[in-house]
Amino acid sequence: MSLRRLAPPDVQPASFAFNSDNAKWAEATIAKYPAGRQASAVIPLLWRGQEQEGWVTHPMIESIARMLGMPFIRVLEVATFYTMFNLEPVGDHLVQVCTTTPCWLRGSDAVVEACKKHIHPHQKTVSADGKLSWMEVECLGACANAPMLQIGSDYYEDLTGPATEQMIADLRAGKPVKPGPINGRRSSEPEGGALTLTEKSLYDGSIVGKHKPVPPPPPPESKKPGAA
Amino acid sequence: MLADKDRIFTNLYGLQDPGLEAAKKRGQWDNTKAILAMGPEAIVDIMKRSGLRGRGGAGFPTGLKWSFMPKEVKERPHYLVVNADESEPGTCKDRDIMRHDPHTLVEGCLVASFAMRANACYIYVRGEFIREREALQRAVDEAYAAKLIGKNNIHGWDFDLYVHHGAGAYICGEETALLESLEGKKGQPRLKPPFPANVGLYGCPTTVNNVESIAVAPTIIRRGADWFAAIGRPNNTGTKVFSISGHVNKPCNVEEEMGIPLRELIDKHCGGVRGGWDNLLAVIPGGASVPLIPKNICDDILMDFDSLKAQQTGLGTAAVIVMDKSTDVVKAIQRLSYFYKHESCGQCTPCREGTGWMWRVLTRMVKGNSTSAEIDLLQEVSKEIEGHTICALGDAAAWPVQGLIRHFRPEIERRIAEFNKVAAE
Amino acid sequence: MATRKLIVDGREVDAEETLTLLQACEQAGAEIPRFCFHERLSVAGNCRMCLVEWVGAPKPQASCALQVKDIFPNKDGTPARINTTSPYARKAREGVMEFLLINHPLDCPICDQGGECDLQDQAMGYGRAAFHRFNENKRAVEDKYMGPLVKTIMTRCIQCTRCVRFATEVAGVPDLGATGRGEDMEITTYLEKAFESELSGNVVDLCPVGALTSKPYAFNARPWELRKTESIDVMDAQGCNIRVDTRGPQVMRVLPRLNEDVNEEWISDKARHACDGLSRQRLDRPYIRVGGKLKPASWAEAFAAIAAKVKSTTPDKMAAIVGDLAAAEEIKALKDLMGGLRVKNIDCRQDGAKLSGKRQTYLFNSGIAGVEAADAILLVGANPRWDAPVLNARIRKAWLASPLKVANIGPVVDLTYPVEQLGADITTLEAIANGSHAFAKTLKDAKRPMIILGSGAITRADGAAVMALAAKIARDSGMIGPAGSHADGGWNGFNILHTAASRVAALDLGFVPGQGGRDVAGIVDGAQKGEIDFIYLLGADEFDVAHLGRAFIVYQGSHGDAGAHHADVILPGAAYTEKAGTYVNFEGRVQQASRAAFPPGEAKEDWAILRALSDVLGARLPYDDRAALLKALVGDVTHFSDVGTAPLHADTSAATWESIGTSGPLDARTPVGHAIADYYLTNAVARASETMAACSREFVTSSKMAAE
Repeated sequence: MSLRRLAPPDVQPASFAFNSDNAKWAEATIAKYPAGRQASAVIPLLWRGQEQEGWVTHPMIESIARMLGMPFIRVLEVATFYTMFNLEPVGDHLVQVCTTTPCWLRGSDAVVEACKKHIHPHQKTVSADGKLSWMEVECLGACANAPMLQIGSDYYEDLTGPATEQMIADLRAGKPVKPGPINGRRSSEPEGGALTLTEKSLYDGSIVGKHKPVPPPPPPESKKPGAA
Repeated sequence: MLADKDRIFTNLYGLQDPGLEAAKKRGQWDNTKAILAMGPEAIVDIMKRSGLRGRGGAGFPTGLKWSFMPKEVKERPHYLVVNADESEPGTCKDRDIMRHDPHTLVEGCLVASFAMRANACYIYVRGEFIREREALQRAVDEAYAAKLIGKNNIHGWDFDLYVHHGAGAYICGEETALLESLEGKKGQPRLKPPFPANVGLYGCPTTVNNVESIAVAPTIIRRGADWFAAIGRPNNTGTKVFSISGHVNKPCNVEEEMGIPLRELIDKHCGGVRGGWDNLLAVIPGGASVPLIPKNICDDILMDFDSLKAQQTGLGTAAVIVMDKSTDVVKAIQRLSYFYKHESCGQCTPCREGTGWMWRVLTRMVKGNSTSAEIDLLQEVSKEIEGHTICALGDAAAWPVQGLIRHFRPEIERRIAEFNKVAAE
Repeated sequence: MATRKLIVDGREVDAEETLTLLQACEQAGAEIPRFCFHERLSVAGNCRMCLVEWVGAPKPQASCALQVKDIFPNKDGTPARINTTSPYARKAREGVMEFLLINHPLDCPICDQGGECDLQDQAMGYGRAAFHRFNENKRAVEDKYMGPLVKTIMTRCIQCTRCVRFATEVAGVPDLGATGRGEDMEITTYLEKAFESELSGNVVDLCPVGALTSKPYAFNARPWELRKTESIDVMDAQGCNIRVDTRGPQVMRVLPRLNEDVNEEWISDKARHACDGLSRQRLDRPYIRVGGKLKPASWAEAFAAIAAKVKSTTPDKMAAIVGDLAAAEEIKALKDLMGGLRVKNIDCRQDGAKLSGKRQTYLFNSGIAGVEAADAILLVGANPRWDAPVLNARIRKAWLASPLKVANIGPVVDLTYPVEQLGADITTLEAIANGSHAFAKTLKDAKRPMIILGSGAITRADGAAVMALAAKIARDSGMIGPAGSHADGGWNGFNILHTAASRVAALDLGFVPGQGGRDVAGIVDGAQKGEIDFIYLLGADEFDVAHLGRAFIVYQGSHGDAGAHHADVILPGAAYTEKAGTYVNFEGRVQQASRAAFPPGEAKEDWAILRALSDVLGARLPYDDRAALLKALVGDVTHFSDVGTAPLHADTSAATWESIGTSGPLDARTPVGHAIADYYLTNAVARASETMAACSREFVTSSKMAAE
């Protein structure tokens, strides 16, 4: 992990404000936590801010700090600690390629190569057309569908080099790309179809009421010494 | 092989509707009121007798953990916090529970919270799991709408359930780091004692449990401790969702019996090792933080806590990472070493300084640019980290390296010799 | 207190359960290395240097993070065994030390921490045998700007977070943090703004390595070439205990000294960093004004000029004013001299404070440590953050530890803890006094209520009426009595917060106008009208010295400040580090300052100047040395012999507490203000200091400009 600092002043916007939907959402989010514990909402608010602006800006940090009654430095600490916060502008599509061992074993190198070739030779650098940037990330927790990458909210799984190249081309062309495994799997079942959970009676409702919770037997009463 | 009727997560693959009505047909929310009617003590007792050990990696008995909570609610409210920060490389089981079978978790949260006298529960989902978070939130909303949870719900135990999320930090899977993060701070683990059951979220009594540990609870209670305890082996009971990744023909998640032989798990569910069993080099049996085991151990090892511990490794999260003979095993571990360096929170000295040191040495060793003495140094550095840190991330960073040296020292030596030979020429 | 048996290095001890294992081991005689642990900060447990062996535990234990109450006995009931020097414990610590050193630069020869570096010392004591085996590149970290006082060399940082915890917990100015994570974690201020605390210099003391060092002191000296003198600070009236480090004639730096009752181990930035003002703007020889210009003169010529003037005037036209930094010795000498000359126009209250009379009516009676026992505080015209920054940290400490309520009558300032702002209208005090204001009930319900009157209250034109109201509030809300220290159940919540180090001693000695005499305002008025034609200023620079008409001004002092500029004769005196002096802090605690260096040039100790002058004036003072002077001092005021202790507010008599102030109308049109306009420039020494000027520019001028 490299140093995480705020973007230089010349790329920082002058101000930040949540749009009205997000402002309403933020209010509801803060209410999820007990009174006086509104700092709990700092990660969700920063994340929503990033969704709105594309990255976490200097005015955003101070604005959210004020909303939550936190010192600026505490919010800066959070923004620099958690690696999902982009502290610099990113492309319209930020391609996050998992390269941790399970993905690497199944060919994440080819996925990275595709990104280098078709987005930018260096990660965290916006492509010439401004549409894409890519970065290596640590395990995204979809290892049974490796290799994989994340764009926005979605995972793209069971990738290959050529499939990644196609996906980048489609994104660039503004064509929709379908999330999930690209090889016909539904999710994490074995390729070719699930070998388990095939029993029909699991799903027809016949299980309802079949198992009645039974309280455990009361603990054996300890006999008073000399009672017997 | 475990029979389908004994599987808890019957929509693991999302082939069915994850919604409330379909979930009910699969047996979830089936007479939950009767479970609560047994009272907290009875629920904890069933959990204890089921033999369930925590599914998040450490394998601490779940019922026992629940019993540490104060028996009475005083001025501080109790909390249940569900650890859905699934980030251990190789592990992707909680993801499927949340996106495909979320009502197992929602119901589990109610039951567990009731058992620990908590009226509020937070589920901390790793930040990257955005769709999973949305799926879970849908289930929570459904449960609220159906008055299964919330104030004045049909179960008679006021209960609020909140979905919270992180933003990219493996360390938040450590329970006290998770609490810090949930309080809006950096995810830096706390000193223990005090333990969360005494001083947890917002300074209140708190229990932190893995998603799977909570999600299996209602079924265990419905079907009885004896049912669960009869699956697997003593002290290693029940079913477990395994994630198998790497060099198998068909990587997948599958719920299986604890103690299933590793070879059976791979052959029956994953279409075997790529190129056949004899092409197997090594397996990391429990997620990135446990030491790998070479093929000769894999041949007959059973997949449970005690069997793996006996081979100086662990069940961890039951994430099986398979490496065939084409694997650059030093590189595989070096990459994990980078992971731990990247994910170290930086709070305490041995981990902050040691993870980077190990990664740098290993990076040279991938090429053989090292010496035999440095292998001993690497081993010593890993021992200087292990057991000296605030949380277990230090141990987790040290063990894969120790496993590599334990089983593949000749391979490292070979590279060093080769590199030095080329350099000499 | 509950204790638990432990066996530390083979010796059985009874350890208090509330202690950490580290403290318990130290009490048992073991030495435990540490970096992150500090008694006055929260426990971080992050450096791992204090690992010890708990026999039977699966891994070594961080002794700072483990409380004795959490150490359970062995299964057989025998006490837990703790080893601090076993091979197991040693090996664990050697590992930690190695980790701390691998990325620490080898720049000790150019590091200002050299010679007083915890890392250096502990590496010698607890490191592995010397050979290094780290073959990678060392980490380099960019330095951060933290303001004019704290220099950073962040590559040396070992991430112990003491500075962050100090800023957050003690200073209450959460400007510092640790950003990033893992090996890239960096200590920084928010976006490299200056650390805006009057206590910022303390992080330099806390830093166990050379990451945070003193910017003004950078590359100036090595600790082993400094002479260390224990003394007392005079930059405010708290009497913080300091150590003055000198090399030859020069004060190189000022550090805090431990005194739990006064300053714990903190000092303000002014106490620490005004010391460069001691070698600038100094008066190092006598001067006489000739033809409108100050000309160098000999002592004899200067004394002769004074004698000539005194001979030509009468006592009723003479006056003397004591400045804010004067020690009791010279105050006593000046008072005796003026007494000998039958001069009644004497005053020590340059700011016009309406104080005199019985001692407890002008003291900070609760005591500094007593603040920690308070549960409600009413501030009137006081800004403790500037009036006495270390006291303010005590109030914050009390607030952190207990549900303390603080309310403020005066301008809104950030005191680093929540304050109920009651506005700057003085009539609010009246409302509290007559019970119609809500805070009256808070004070009444409080077990140990306090009122703190600052200069902004007591220097008002209606100050006497303010004092009377404050005393009524004190009586009505149970602030007075019972007698005795608060530890013994006593209490006195009536407090005056002085800002002048000389003030309490001068009031103790009665340096106020005699019957029919003039106070400072009267002297100025008289000078302008020609009714006063001789004024003796003992380091008095803080009143309207520019408008003293044609009066003949003698200025005795150390710095060429306001007073000297308008003087007809200048007598060069000693600064507070250049003389043995007795100071009484605002609690009434008598403390002795020591001479750390000699006065420059022909300058002399102040009481000795007065003694010599008295000879020339034919009113010879009856003491030839300081011992005799001290004896006379104690003869005047017996408590001057009780060095080090504060009075135990014994006086609870109704008569005393009903006699305070004078009831009268309040001036509702004048809002309550604060006395100090610029914290960094409050006296002649500070105004001569380049460091203080830099602080003033950074923290005061720029924020004033921002506000406008």
